[in-house]
Amino acid sequence: MVVETPTGGTADGSAEPGDDKLGGRLSRRRLLVSGLVAGPALAALHEALPHQGIHTVLGGEQHPAALAATGHGSSHASTTSAPSAATDAHLNGLGTAGATFRGGAAVDHRANGFNPTEILRDFDYGKTTRLPSGRILREWQLIASDKEIEVAPGVKFPAWTYNGRVPGPTLRCREGELLRIRFVNGSAHPHTVHFHGLHPSAMDGVPGAGDGIIDSGKSTVYEFNAEPFGLHLYHCHVSPLAEHIARGMYGTFIVDPKEGRPDADEMVMVQNGWNTTFDAEGNQLYAVNAIPFHYVNEPVQVSRDELVRIYLVNILEYDPINSFHVHGNFFNYFPTGTSLTPTEFTDTVIQGQAQRGILEIRFPNPGQFMFHAHKTEFADLGWMGFFEVG
Amino acid sequence: MEAHAQQPAADRSETSDASALSKLPLWVVAGGVIALILAVLLTIAVVGDDTLPDRLGPPIEELAVERTELSPNRIELTVRNTGPDPVQVAQAFVADAYVDFEGADDPIGRLGSETVALDFPWQEGQPYLVSLVTSTGLVIEHEIPAAVATPEPDGGLFALMALLGLYVGVIPVTLGMLLLPAMRRFRPDWIRLVMAVTVGLLALLAVDATLEGLEIAGASGGAFGGAELVLLGAGIAYLALTGVDRFLRGRRERAEGAGAGGGQLALMVAIGIGLHNMGEGLAIGSAYAIGELALGAALVVGFAIHNTTEGFAIVAPLVREQPSLRRLAGLGLIAGAPAILGAILGASVTNSELSALLLGLGVGAVVQVIVQIAPAMKDSAGRTLDALTTAGIAGGMIAFYLTGLLISV
Repeated sequence: MVVETPTGGTADGSAEPGDDKLGGRLSRRRLLVSGLVAGPALAALHEALPHQGIHTVLGGEQHPAALAATGHGSSHASTTSAPSAATDAHLNGLGTAGATFRGGAAVDHRANGFNPTEILRDFDYGKTTRLPSGRILREWQLIASDKEIEVAPGVKFPAWTYNGRVPGPTLRCREGELLRIRFVNGSAHPHTVHFHGLHPSAMDGVPGAGDGIIDSGKSTVYEFNAEPFGLHLYHCHVSPLAEHIARGMYGTFIVDPKEGRPDADEMVMVQNGWNTTFDAEGNQLYAVNAIPFHYVNEPVQVSRDELVRIYLVNILEYDPINSFHVHGNFFNYFPTGTSLTPTEFTDTVIQGQAQRGILEIRFPNPGQFMFHAHKTEFADLGWMGFFEVG
Repeated sequence: MEAHAQQPAADRSETSDASALSKLPLWVVAGGVIALILAVLLTIAVVGDDTLPDRLGPPIEELAVERTELSPNRIELTVRNTGPDPVQVAQAFVADAYVDFEGADDPIGRLGSETVALDFPWQEGQPYLVSLVTSTGLVIEHEIPAAVATPEPDGGLFALMALLGLYVGVIPVTLGMLLLPAMRRFRPDWIRLVMAVTVGLLALLAVDATLEGLEIAGASGGAFGGAELVLLGAGIAYLALTGVDRFLRGRRERAEGAGAGGGQLALMVAIGIGLHNMGEGLAIGSAYAIGELALGAALVVGFAIHNTTEGFAIVAPLVREQPSLRRLAGLGLIAGAPAILGAILGASVTNSELSALLLGLGVGAVVQVIVQIAPAMKDSAGRTLDALTTAGIAGGMIAFYLTGLLISV
């Protein structure tokens, strides 16, 4: 492994186990995404220059744009150790640049029936009617179904879903409204919908309460008031509970405060995992909004200096904690969103399962900024992405 | 009466039918039977699927890693599908990080083999867990105990392996053979003792090689069988050497009218030990290739002491003969040189199934040698086991065990 040092010289990184822990990681991952975004340009570079040089560069730290500008090439090629260049001539050199699926490929969103880029800003306000009392009645329909999802390119997972997508629809309402959720179980398995929030016992969506377990082909209606305001979630509560969650039966439930929140570019991020081996011991894939590395392939587009509000939920099963970290920026954190006053100004939060919170962030600088679980193992297993600040 | 008359007539017609069949040429009968068998098998192959239900469970996906090659920033695994169903390697992660890789673009069919080359900046000496994720989400794991660059199979490697083979095979065996002049002066009882020690040495050698073979076989994925390969090798070697022995003995008897001579026995011992040393060389070579072999004086001296006992076993049957130096050298080469071949094979193309088979061959050969030597332990009364020979056998086993402690591959 040959590492380009800032001074332009090279150092043999293989002798230095800790060489890529700090600055190297950031810049390499930025490099990776720059490469994916600037795909055609990079491909052209790839064709135009000797492979040896390109792979040195991809394994190194320099930005492709800077590369193109300085007309590197032969100098880098000459510093590459011969065996390395010879043996990885056919790979695209992402090994040191960051974790990736094979060839940086993406899943078939069309076949999946949902795209995380669309899920990001997709808030489902349901159907509203005004009751004689003047109060708003808000209604949704959730349909459970069994569906095979491509969770990584070429890897199919037999998921259980709400409305055919994972995470399920982001249900959004306003504090004080009357909520009515009709649940139809079109899955072959028994399910419920259990909401986090305040509600009567019969509306808890657990076995033995109200209609209890909703068998395949049956339906029920959950009805309760929208309270307290904040960021909540819903999920199936049939045993084995861990499996019903791990299979994909969860979604976000947002109750806006009566007075609302300041205008912002709003998005929802549900941190989840896929235990593809069904061994109930950790996960093989980690993601926000179901598809690992998705926001590496399609960075989240945001505007410079505009307020961005992220509704961040952790539903990860089989692992005790999850976390969210953004590079180069800080955010105000509102745990569970139940207060309008932030508790912390930070760049990293930790969440256990079902913990959630609202992040408010302004990006002062343009460019790409990575975000990922700062449980870095999860990041390398798919839970990473980029903000593209335009 | 009529009934009586008809009965014999019926008998006659049956016997004439049978004789008609027996008059057909053999190849027609055999060909007909084979054709019938083929037709039935073909029918089963065609309609069998339709008559049987599908399997109840999910597809069974198995991959055995047959070879691991490491070069800078790259891990190459040669995998073989040892299960009944095709396996599609969809993604791969190393040490809990997804990596890019090449190879195995299409599903791997039963017994099919593919090489996947993973792009990963591994660090020397660290352990790694390589995980291949199949299209169904199954994870097939392969452990690399300590990452070390795989040596290039070039002239330098071959020369090094040849030198190793020379150190651990040829030289020690030749050294052991130097005991011959001393042994010549032994009284008959001492000769019996020498033979008993040899049997003891070889017996533990056979046990040792069997255990090693089974261990290696157990580690393999088993596409071509595991433990049975060791036993198959042992059986084949035993039968083949017995056959060769009987053939040579028959020729000798016709030529000289004498029984098996010490010279022939020595040759059989040399062949047996040679086969064993090939397996030993293989183990050394493959240990070197994965960086597990600590080269150096300890290894060489350990092997020298250990394998000197083998040379002793070869010359033991020759105490009453006057073999030429050339012949002795030939025996030494037969017994020692296969270690060179084994080491080269082990370092370049080895897979665990081949190692298991070769170790098995060595076991069969050694057992056959024991059977050959045993008669030489007989006393004047014709007893094989007495106080002297039992002590000798035990001594031989203990000597092999203790010298074996000096080496660990």
